[in-house]
Amino acid sequence: MSTHDEATLNTNYLTATKGWKSWAFTLDHKRIGLMYLVFVLAAFLAGGIFALLVRTELMSHGPTIVSGPTYNKLFTLHGAIMVFLFIIPSIPASLGNFILPIQLGAKDVAFPKLNLLSFYVYLCGATLTLLSIAHGSVDTGWTFYTPYSLQDPEAATKVLYMTLGVFVLGFSSILTGLNFLVSIHKLRAPGLTWTRLPLFIWGMYATSIMQVLATPVLAITLLMLVFERVFGLGIFDPKLGGDPILFQHFFWFYSHPAVYIMIVPGMAVVSELFATFSRRVIFGYFAVAMSSLGLALVGFIVWAHHMFTSGMSEFANMLFSALTFLVAIPSGVKVFNWTATLYKGSISFAPPMLYALAFLFLFTIGGLTGLFLGTLNTDIHLHDTYFVVAHFHYVMMGGTVIGFIGGLLYWWPKMTGKMYHFGGATVGAWLTFIGFNVTFLSQFVLGSRGMPRRYYDYLPEFESLHRVSTFGAYILASGLFTTAGVLIHSLAKGRAAGRNPWGSVALEWKTQTPPVFQNFEQTPIITKGPYDYHLASDEELVEDLYAPDAAE
Amino acid sequence: MSSPSDATAHDAHPHEHPSYVQHHFDTAAQQYDTAKLGMWVFIATEILMFGGLFVAYALMKAREPDVFIAGHHYLNKEMGALNTVVLLFSSLTAALAVRSSQLGKRNETSAWLVTTILCACVFLVVKYFEYSHKIEEGLLPGRYFGHPFFDMSAAPAFHEALPSRANMFFGLYFIMTGLHGLHVLIGMGILSWVLLRNIRGEFSAEYFTAVDLGALYWHLVDLVWIYLFPLLYLIG
Repeated sequence: MSTHDEATLNTNYLTATKGWKSWAFTLDHKRIGLMYLVFVLAAFLAGGIFALLVRTELMSHGPTIVSGPTYNKLFTLHGAIMVFLFIIPSIPASLGNFILPIQLGAKDVAFPKLNLLSFYVYLCGATLTLLSIAHGSVDTGWTFYTPYSLQDPEAATKVLYMTLGVFVLGFSSILTGLNFLVSIHKLRAPGLTWTRLPLFIWGMYATSIMQVLATPVLAITLLMLVFERVFGLGIFDPKLGGDPILFQHFFWFYSHPAVYIMIVPGMAVVSELFATFSRRVIFGYFAVAMSSLGLALVGFIVWAHHMFTSGMSEFANMLFSALTFLVAIPSGVKVFNWTATLYKGSISFAPPMLYALAFLFLFTIGGLTGLFLGTLNTDIHLHDTYFVVAHFHYVMMGGTVIGFIGGLLYWWPKMTGKMYHFGGATVGAWLTFIGFNVTFLSQFVLGSRGMPRRYYDYLPEFESLHRVSTFGAYILASGLFTTAGVLIHSLAKGRAAGRNPWGSVALEWKTQTPPVFQNFEQTPIITKGPYDYHLASDEELVEDLYAPDAAE
Repeated sequence: MSSPSDATAHDAHPHEHPSYVQHHFDTAAQQYDTAKLGMWVFIATEILMFGGLFVAYALMKAREPDVFIAGHHYLNKEMGALNTVVLLFSSLTAALAVRSSQLGKRNETSAWLVTTILCACVFLVVKYFEYSHKIEEGLLPGRYFGHPFFDMSAAPAFHEALPSRANMFFGLYFIMTGLHGLHVLIGMGILSWVLLRNIRGEFSAEYFTAVDLGALYWHLVDLVWIYLFPLLYLIG
């Protein structure tokens, strides 16, 4: 029941309709994706500032810039904002919303109104989280473990705001997942069979399954936590006869799949990047696609590896340790197949590809150090140390965030119609990569020497490595700000991008830049796979970095 | 804009859309299948959400069976049974509403929908009496246990027969039936909206998606209660 005429539907989506209402009430997945992008980037900035404050405090032994209780709030906010407001919605809700329907050859997602609703639900959740900060903020860590989240009678309001905020954010995530899942099943263009789906879609599919199945459990957990707080239910609170370990089980039943809700989209993005910038079909396409589903499956049966020192039974510990090693199989399938894709590929080092290569390097380190933590006896030593902090930052930031920025640079010309400055983006990529490694490699060493995580202060012998890590964080921040500057500059001064700046054969590059309101003037018919460079005509492979009529 | 090998098709609109088919769907059948799959996925999320409560219930019941047995004697089995019958009947009338809608019988559909909504009202009225009785008796969750009307100054009461941990049982009782009751309310809202659209004449034998999905959701509400009733009322 479209209210738009054919001419509007075939106009650039950015200019097809005008006025703030045409954005605030838009049902266009591309505009919703852009609005999401603005807010997740704002959350990234906020979470990043908290990270820099935490690192600055840790630069020197003893109090540096803030008090202990403030420090506890800073790291809690850093974690909660980065996880719930930034990383989980980052790739699916912004890039996914924009690209997924186009890659399907569809005009929109299955339920455009739910899509807009998910955006406003996200804003509501974010507002509740901000209210918690306004009330003085929580210091429970992002995991809200009981009894931390129950014991302080002063903190009632803030804990309630924060948990309700995360509760609401969960619904936004569920709605996105539901929309994608159904879209992939029902809205594929003619000829787009399951084995012709881009790997980005396969990754989004696996992610959506996890969002849909795991997030409701978080919702009910947080609801029970709220009841525990308000009524003194006695399910989680040990003082009342409840079981705090039960909370941990519930929490990680969501939050371990959530780790894969975060990393699988990163993998989905870099699969596209490796194909485009190596000019090759992804080696072992089907195995890579299935490994995403494998991660979704395995992600549901390893949650208790976060709890080896919490007081589970020996048997449960051994079982979850053994199951955890299964994660290595789909992860290994991906890493080896990407590497094999590069082999004899025609590689170009455009800025997005730098991020894909950084992903390969950083995710491999993050993944391999995971094996140390999945092994029971080494985990007893490394649990709750900086080794864990470094490990999950290599996966979450080195994996997901790097993949996100890579994807953003890759699809930026399609989304905005503007091409950015390559030199600046390359400098940003290198600064980010170097800064990241300086920050977190040193934390592996700190952790293995016994530096516990979340501590405000430390022994003097840890000071030099902490200082290295803090300076690394500054380099990292400079890289990210450089990249942000390059992108903002492109909006104002960038040249108009061509239809297919990277010479890719994937479907999203076959429509105009920026895409028309209904994505394709005519429904495309798909006759081959997304990476079939060997079957492509010369015309398809032409790289038109800039639009022909774009005057400098 | 397209290469020869990806030859674009015939016109994107090979035939005129019926007015109820949204722009981004090609056919009415595609739209119907999409909506239906969406509802099934949503039902899966609901089951996972209630699933968390059932896990908490199972674990606590396994650890403290006596508390559950002692507490459940204070639930009104007759009212619970009555509500079960009412909900089961309402699921039947919801299914009949779908059937008559598929046959294009508009007035009959309205009648079945009204019956379903009335059943939901009966359910909530019975629930109201159950809840007010519990509140009067002080059979309340957590720290309010033994304090009629949530009044902490009221004399902590007379339930010598109940172990102190019965407060946890009544907490679970209120969360589980409360969340279910909320779903009954939402279901009533959905069915009323469907009824309104039916009266307006938006549905036909070709297009009855909302009736179908509303009923599907209503069956979920029924299904959850079918588990709640024995687990809470009939464990003795």
